[in-house]
This record gives sequence, structure tokens and C-alpha cells, in this order.
Amino acid sequence: MLKKISKIPFKGTPEQEAQLNALIEENKHDSSMLMHVMQQAQAIYGYLPFEVQVMIAEGMDIPLEKVYGVSTFYAQFSLSPKGKYNISVCLGTACYVKGAQSVLDEISKQLGIAAGECTEDGIFSLEASRCIGACGLAPVMNINDDVYGKLTPDQIAGILAKYKD
Amino acid sequence: MYRSHVLVCGGTGCTSSHSNEIIEKLESEIAAKGLQDEIKVIKTGCFGLCALGPIMIVYPEGCFYSEVKVEDVPEIVEEHLLKGRMVTRLLYEETVQEDTVKSLEQTKFYAKQKRIALRNCGVIDPENIDEYIAHDGYQALEKCLNQLTPDEVIKIVDDSGLRGRGGGGFRTGLKWSFAAKNAADQKYVVCNADEGDPGAFMDRSILEGDPHCIIEAMAICGYAIGATEGYVYVRAEYPIAVKRLQLAIDQAKEYGLLGKNIFDSGFDFDLHIRLGAGAFVCGEETALMTSIEGNRGEPRPRPPFPAVKGLFGKPTNNNNVETYANIPQIILNGAEWFASMGTEKSTGTKVFALGGKITNTGLVEVPMGTTLREVIEDIGGGIPNGKKFKAAQTGGPSGGCIPAHLMDTAIDFDNLTAIGCMMGSGGLIVMDEDNCMVDIAKFFLDFTVDESCGKCSPCRIGTKRMMEMLEKITEGKATLEDLDKLEELALYIKQNSLCGLGQTAPNPVLATLKFFRHEYEAHVVDKVCPAGVCKGLVRYYIDAEKCIGCGMCARACPADAIARTDYIAPGHKLASFAINPEKCVKCGACMDSCKKIQAIYKK
Repeated sequence: MLKKISKIPFKGTPEQEAQLNALIEENKHDSSMLMHVMQQAQAIYGYLPFEVQVMIAEGMDIPLEKVYGVSTFYAQFSLSPKGKYNISVCLGTACYVKGAQSVLDEISKQLGIAAGECTEDGIFSLEASRCIGACGLAPVMNINDDVYGKLTPDQIAGILAKYKD
Repeated sequence: MYRSHVLVCGGTGCTSSHSNEIIEKLESEIAAKGLQDEIKVIKTGCFGLCALGPIMIVYPEGCFYSEVKVEDVPEIVEEHLLKGRMVTRLLYEETVQEDTVKSLEQTKFYAKQKRIALRNCGVIDPENIDEYIAHDGYQALEKCLNQLTPDEVIKIVDDSGLRGRGGGGFRTGLKWSFAAKNAADQKYVVCNADEGDPGAFMDRSILEGDPHCIIEAMAICGYAIGATEGYVYVRAEYPIAVKRLQLAIDQAKEYGLLGKNIFDSGFDFDLHIRLGAGAFVCGEETALMTSIEGNRGEPRPRPPFPAVKGLFGKPTNNNNVETYANIPQIILNGAEWFASMGTEKSTGTKVFALGGKITNTGLVEVPMGTTLREVIEDIGGGIPNGKKFKAAQTGGPSGGCIPAHLMDTAIDFDNLTAIGCMMGSGGLIVMDEDNCMVDIAKFFLDFTVDESCGKCSPCRIGTKRMMEMLEKITEGKATLEDLDKLEELALYIKQNSLCGLGQTAPNPVLATLKFFRHEYEAHVVDKVCPAGVCKGLVRYYIDAEKCIGCGMCARACPADAIARTDYIAPGHKLASFAINPEKCVKCGACMDSCKKIQAIYKK
């Protein structure tokens, strides 16, 4: 899978670094915990900047090549920052046959970004996600933790307006 | 003593439509009426009828309230819970019977179902171990540890005829016996909850609705094969399932049902959760183990099989969630009981996630051998909006499709394989006449191209080439020769890929080619998409009789492809417009602009 790698300079706070170091300390004896550490690191920073991957590699004494290999293998790891509101449209089969693609296209049209991108003001990012298992509500999308189901393209403008403050 | 119990579904589907807020509101309204000692609110797992969520059932009456909104809660509390009058307008229509309600078992959706793996889902509070124990929970484990030898446990599982529910259909008892035979200082039990098949959510519902049955079954498996440690590999996309499973593990440890010397038998068993990170290939057992070890989830060649050299190089048994969910019941009720259900070679039941163009979207569990027609027409309530059934897709990106003329096929492992389809993990996506089968095949291939791990070339390169051919077809640029090439390449990839992902990736194409070759030919020869889905082949038209000549479409068109004609339709004042197909870029903007009049259509 092709990953979009961010060119935005890394900005981490000392608090984030302290959290990361504590996390590494707790797990460094067990190399099988690498994915767990990376998942938690992503929760701390919102994404996995290259600098953070270096810190994990050094802290856990695992070759950077391996950390990078893992981060680019799994869809969940994001190498680019996400917007304040991350929109993820489910493209599982049940959603797809009920028109999820046209929902995604509509959002893309309204925000002027493609899936995998973030708007210039950093407010919205858009992604096509794998099945989230809410097939009864197909087609479904998440905006951060809010779930919207049984969508049609003409609802999109109204939903997006709620987040444009 | 509570006089009434209110069960609210806390599965992912209903949670997404705010069942948590409904529970909060219920509790506050009940407290406001001073009924908190008389009425108990319980958050359960999935009831199965996700299409009608959020769902609430009030016992002892058994009132089935569907599509409940937070605003409806005060009325339910005031009318039903306080005054004892059912809120008829919220009752599921089918359960209403004059002035009383029918039990759920009598509704079409539930009548033909047989719930074994799902038996506790929607019945107990999954976050409370006592409720599981009250439903015979952990009795099977106790029976194994104190009354049966490991070999006897394996024999019961084998005699039951249980086969792997993850899609492979391998005999579970036989698999356990392989891992049991290999002596080692450490063995592992693994549960595959990496339900990557899009549109399938049975494993998630079991973990959310009855997590303890998985813990119990894995401990039984550990005892049978001689393993003391287990791992559950769950998709990170399932946060509720992960949370409830962790809670269940903690509770089981507290009760001494996990840990050292369980039931004073001297048997130790511990369980860990590992989260996936969104890689479909990790549902393949060797890739899954590689991922648990903290690596890129690439598959390993077999042999050596996991039973010989699995997780961390030790003998390992790996089963799917639904397979494990059957184990405690098989131990308690016996192999014969289980084998009496289903067909001769596929015993027991199978859970299907019904989705797509079907009225009752949701989770159903039926005995093996039930026909597709029964599942779709009786249980699923048929196709909405009066559309015609075209095909049912099973097995997700690894599976095939069952066309309308084979709807009476009895569903079991061997029958589905015989018609060139596969059981898969149980996703059953229904498609109607508006779905293009070439587009569906392309959709799945797009998925496998994206998810191919890249380790072996037939899968990495081959699926990409297939994808390019399908794009050519859907753009109307292909020839009949391309169809033959597509089929040839598909068969080659099937034979030569390293793991299950590549070996099954061409299946959606092969199955659609087999049953819907005429649709492919329409794309290739006639350059039309019969369902009107493939953008490259769609043409837009303006109905001159309907067009009022307002010109909105011409202004919306980015390609200047729309112009006024000389024709004025009877009763209209202005001449109508027409689309020049040479210039049209098929963006659909004109159709959007004509929503009011609806004079523009595509074909």
C-alpha cells in the first residue's frame, strides 16, 4: 500500500516525549511489543513522524529499518498528520454496494481534497477506511468519534457545515 | 427483585446510532420516577437485527422496540415502565399481535435461526462475568479439567464434526490433535479475531456480546493441546470488542478462571490481547503469527505448519472466533448433539452477516444446509424497493458469488465449493439489479491489490495486471481476447501464490466470469454497463419531453457539452436542451442540477 509521507516539520512537546519514553521503557524488554508501542506512540502524537520512529528504534534497540518496515506495512499507521476533524468513509463491501463511493466523491468535491489528504487549513482530513463493521447502517462514515449512517451524498454539505466553525 | 428488565443493544451498530445515550437517559428517567430498585437496565451484545437499531427489549413482556431515539425514552419510561402500557408506535411491526406482542422467536427473522455461537449475544451483559456463569459459563472448562483427559476433549471436538469457521473449513478436532502430538516446552493457543473480510462482523459481535465464551474455549483448547498461554489477535477497528474482551480477561483472572491452578486441577492458562493494525493479510494464520511477534505481517511458507512450528517457533493452534464460540456448547451437550445439526459433512450452524441490498441487515445463525433462498427471502426479508435479486457475494475478497438460479443451493462448505464459490468467514452481501458485477469484481481486486503484502510475485504483480485489465473492461477499451487473458492469469495466480490471500484473490473475478460472463461481454462488445454503474460507459441523456429549457444543466456543465435544440415540447415555452456525447466528460453535474425537474437520466 502506498503511504503519503508528510513534509510538515515535526513539532513534538516535552510532555509527549516524556510519555513516549515511559512507554518505551515499559516495553523495551520485549521486541514483540513493537506494534503496541507504535500504536500508543501514534495515539500520543496523532501520527508517526519519522523522528518518533527513530526514537522508538533507538529506545527499543530495534533496527530503524524494521520499525519503518512495520509502519509502512500496516494501514493504521499514518506518516502524515491528520486534520482537526478526520473524516473516514467506510468502503467495506456492504457500504460500497449501497453507494459509499458517491459519498466519498461528494466529500472530496466539497473539501477539494482526495482520500489520504488534509485540507490546507488543517481542519479536515479525508480517508477511505476498511469495514468498521457497522454494516446495518451502510453507508457509514466517522468524523472523529461521531458516526453517521445511512448516508446519501446530499446530506454531506449539511454534516460538514456543523464542523466548519 | 426487579419486576422488569430493559435490555438495550450495545453492539457497534446500535452504539453508532447512540444506544449509549439511550441507556443514560433511561437510567436518569427511571431514577427520576423512583423506579431504580424495580427496573434494571442492561447493556447487552448484538441482537442481530441491526437494520432496526437501536434495539430495546423489555422483559417480562418481551416487547421489542426498534429504531428507538433518545427522545422516545421518557415516553417509554412513563407509559410502559411506570403505567404498564406498551408504546405501540415503537414496537417492531412484526411482533404486534392485536393487543399483545408475539415472542421474538416467532418473527420471520428469528424463526429459522438456531443460535449456538450467538446464544448469549443480546441475552447477557457481556461486561458481567456472573451473567455468563449463570448461563452455564465455565462449566465446560470445569468438566474438561476435572473429568476428561486432553485426548478425550479432542475426541469430543473431532466427533462433533466441527470445521473451521474462518473460511478454511478444516476439521477442528484434527487440527487440535496435530498440535497436541508435538512435544515442546511451550505451546500456544491463538484466536484469530482479525476479521478483515469487509462486510463480515460475526466475530466482532461474539467478542462484544459474549467475550467469556472465547476465553473459556481457548482455555479448553490449551488444556487439550498442552498449551499454557494464549493470544487473541483483534482488529484495532473494533474498539468496543477489545475493551470488553480485556474486561472479561481481567474478571476471569479475578475469579481464578484464568491464571494458575484453574479449578484446582493444576492447569495454568494465561491470555493476552494483541491488536492488529489494518492489514488484511494478517487474517492468514502464518501472517497473523508473524504480526503477533511484532513484524510486518507477511505469511510464511507451509510446511512447517503452525502445529509444528508456529508462534515464536513453538507448536501453535489457531482457530477463528466463531469456531471457539461453539466449543463450550459441544463439550457440555456432547458431540452427537452438535453433529445432529446441519448436513452430514458440515455439522452445526453458521453465522452470516447479512448486508448490502437486503431489508433485514444483521447477523443470523442458521443450521448448515439452510438454502440461500431461506436466508435471503425469509430471514432477510428480501430485497428492498421492489428490486430484483442478482447475486449474493460470500467469502469477501476471497470468495465468489451465488447467482439467482442457484438460490436453492443448501449452504455448506462442500456445496459452495462445488459451485465455484466458498463459505468464507460468513459475510453475505446481497446485490440487486443496480449492481454491476464487473464493478464488484473490480472492487474486490482493488482491495487485494492494496492488501497484497508483496512477498510473492504472482500476487503482487499478477493482481495488479488483473486490475489493469478490469479497468480496461470498465472503460470500454477491452477486447474479447482480454477476457480470456484475464481468466488465464487468474488461474495462474491461484495456483502459484504463497498464501491464502493470493491463492483466493482471483476468486471474485473467476466467479463473476463464470456466472455473469454476459455482463463482461456487454462491457467489451456493446460498450455498455447494463447496471449503469461503470462511469466510463455511462451515457447521459436529456428527456426532451420533460425538459423545461431552463438551461441550469448547460451552466453546470464544465465541458460545454450541453446546448439548446430547436424542439419545444408540447406544453412548454422554451426549447429543450441536449447533451453532445462527444464532449461529455460524464461528471454527472447536469443531473445534479436538474434534481427538481428530473429530465436528465443516465443509461
